[in-house]
Amino acid sequence: MRILDKKSISRRSFLKSGTATALGITIAGNMVFGKSSAWAASFDNLGGGNAATLIQMARDIFPHDHLADKYYAKVIEGYNAAAAKDAGLKKMIQAELKKINAASKAKYAREYKNINRELERVNILKANTSSPLFSKLRGDLVTGLYNNQEVWPKFGYEGASADKGGYIKRGFDDINWLDKV
Amino acid sequence: MAKFNKSDDSLVVIIGSGAGGGTLGYELAKKGVKSVILEAGARHEIKDFSNDEWGMFGQISWLDKRSTSGDWRVATDFGGLPSWIVKAVGGSTVHWAGASLRFQDHEWKARSNYGNVKGASLLDWPIDGKEMAPYYAKAENEMGTTGTNGIERLPGNNNYKVFEAGAKKIGYKQVHTGNMSINSKPRDGRIGCQQIGFCFQGCKSGAKWSTLYSSIPKGEKTGNLEVRANSHVLRIEHDKSGKVTGVVYKDKSGNTQVQKARVVAVAGNSIESPRILLNSESSMFKNGLANSSGEVGKNYMRHMTGSVYSIFEKPVYMYRGTTMAGIIQDESVHNPKRGFVGGYELETLSLGLPFMAAFLDPGQWGREFSGAMEKYDHMAGLWIVGEDMPQSSNRVTLSDQKDQYGMRSPNVNYSDHPNDIAMRNHAFKQSRKMYNAVGATRVIETPPYPSTHNLGTNRMSAKAKDGVVNKHGQSWDVKNLFVSDGSQFTTGAAENPTLTIVALAIRQADYIAKQMSSKAI
Repeated sequence: MRILDKKSISRRSFLKSGTATALGITIAGNMVFGKSSAWAASFDNLGGGNAATLIQMARDIFPHDHLADKYYAKVIEGYNAAAAKDAGLKKMIQAELKKINAASKAKYAREYKNINRELERVNILKANTSSPLFSKLRGDLVTGLYNNQEVWPKFGYEGASADKGGYIKRGFDDINWLDKV
Repeated sequence: MAKFNKSDDSLVVIIGSGAGGGTLGYELAKKGVKSVILEAGARHEIKDFSNDEWGMFGQISWLDKRSTSGDWRVATDFGGLPSWIVKAVGGSTVHWAGASLRFQDHEWKARSNYGNVKGASLLDWPIDGKEMAPYYAKAENEMGTTGTNGIERLPGNNNYKVFEAGAKKIGYKQVHTGNMSINSKPRDGRIGCQQIGFCFQGCKSGAKWSTLYSSIPKGEKTGNLEVRANSHVLRIEHDKSGKVTGVVYKDKSGNTQVQKARVVAVAGNSIESPRILLNSESSMFKNGLANSSGEVGKNYMRHMTGSVYSIFEKPVYMYRGTTMAGIIQDESVHNPKRGFVGGYELETLSLGLPFMAAFLDPGQWGREFSGAMEKYDHMAGLWIVGEDMPQSSNRVTLSDQKDQYGMRSPNVNYSDHPNDIAMRNHAFKQSRKMYNAVGATRVIETPPYPSTHNLGTNRMSAKAKDGVVNKHGQSWDVKNLFVSDGSQFTTGAAENPTLTIVALAIRQADYIAKQMSSKAI
């Protein structure tokens, strides 16, 4: 059975991404994805500390311990860019985060992102699922996270296959662990 | 390639180029009957397809303004998207899975065989399996359906092998890779299946039958068929005698055009077809065209559906290969001892990672969801498709909202009948049993997706008061107006509808040609 290596991005998908794209990722990575303390400074349109809170919320909505923050940050990076032009969005994000942090402080005596236990952060989210920010973030993550080709190999998904001749010679029927019936 | 004049009133004007409209145009063309197909969408050829779920969704889906109501979960999760169908030349034959099953004899006579089911508006079809048999045979030959005409079935992929092993372990007997209109070997100028996956995104190899690159180009070659893309129909016009005379549409530039017609055939799928008839109201037809029965838009059916995704200790890679080449037919019989009338099919299904995230459990979040997603490559999947009960309250109506052309947009109201719920629960239970029998560590029940099988909103009936069209798909009220898509279905049966739509269109072409030559229309 042709098993994929999920731990590292395959050589093929790295090569496919091309020089320009790879360079883009590197630059963005250095600027934005280096240290967690750099978040607030990088996404300054959202207000101090808010980007870090949003990234933590994103991770708590779709927690994947094998994915680095940068994949979640991609969605937040989009909010940061949009907030520069969309005052309504900026206001909504800031107001909703204020509420979430207030709820966090009331229940666990600290801001959302400083609550260490996932279970406790999830309790805060559960109490705020009707928040427009929660539904927006959850909805945007469905495509922002899972439609990001860079995460596909980490889930064992190979993406496009027609350009490789389909799977007719690449294991469409190679399962080998089923008992004979 | 023909190009007809808009003032030519000798033409058959067909609205829609999918399984019904595309087939009708081709069949008429073979007989020398000239027709023009008005297709709302653009023409995307195979070269324009990509193995990209969201990319193709944005490119070919019908995304015009629509609304939903009723207790179905689609109304909550995808309120503006009641159906997942195609707006492009080829219609939904661009994204269909290829499953091509004949109705079973008892399904043509649902009212007689199921009895009076409370809350259901069941009716017998005015035709039966015997009458349809030669047309099914023609359709299967035209579409190159595997398991018919000596055409070998497709090889089973990993997802099928898990499905088959589970099915056999719990005693199912009718298990195979399906009757699929996907070439297992080269045939009719199209190559054999390359096991690409992405059947729903437009078949990149052309192995899957579609009117887009099969019937339509063949019809165009005769010189008797014109397919006019980017022609979005607004309404149908009629004269003082009540005969239809032409079709009003918006062209690519948004200009209003009128195509004159001798005959009009509506094949815009079960939401758009009744909408066009309702939007064609006039002082003569106050409740909409062809609607003296009041049945236009009613009895909307979408099949009882659901999916089951099961996780295993070891990988499956269900996405590799043909998406739906796998079927269990043991439960498709009518056996009321199970607690419901009618039956269901179980068919293999896979989604790519992006669509799995959107459809596995819409609205869900947290570890329960993400934990399942992390085992995506260890999943096997199936789709349940069964007969849902027609109900007159499940219907397409005109809302007060307007679309991009100022026409009233459709609302789709749907609520499950208790029979649908009982059948779905049975199917979930059986699927769980079968996957557990081969070692599933977790079984997930997935709710219905936006409808791909849209049926029944202009139904065929033996009596004019019970339906919209007669046994030939001809309007009871307007002799030169026809319905040629799944909206003419009297009941839905358990089978994927495309083969029956194509067979009905072939049969209808015979009738229209005869009626025209005898000057009856």
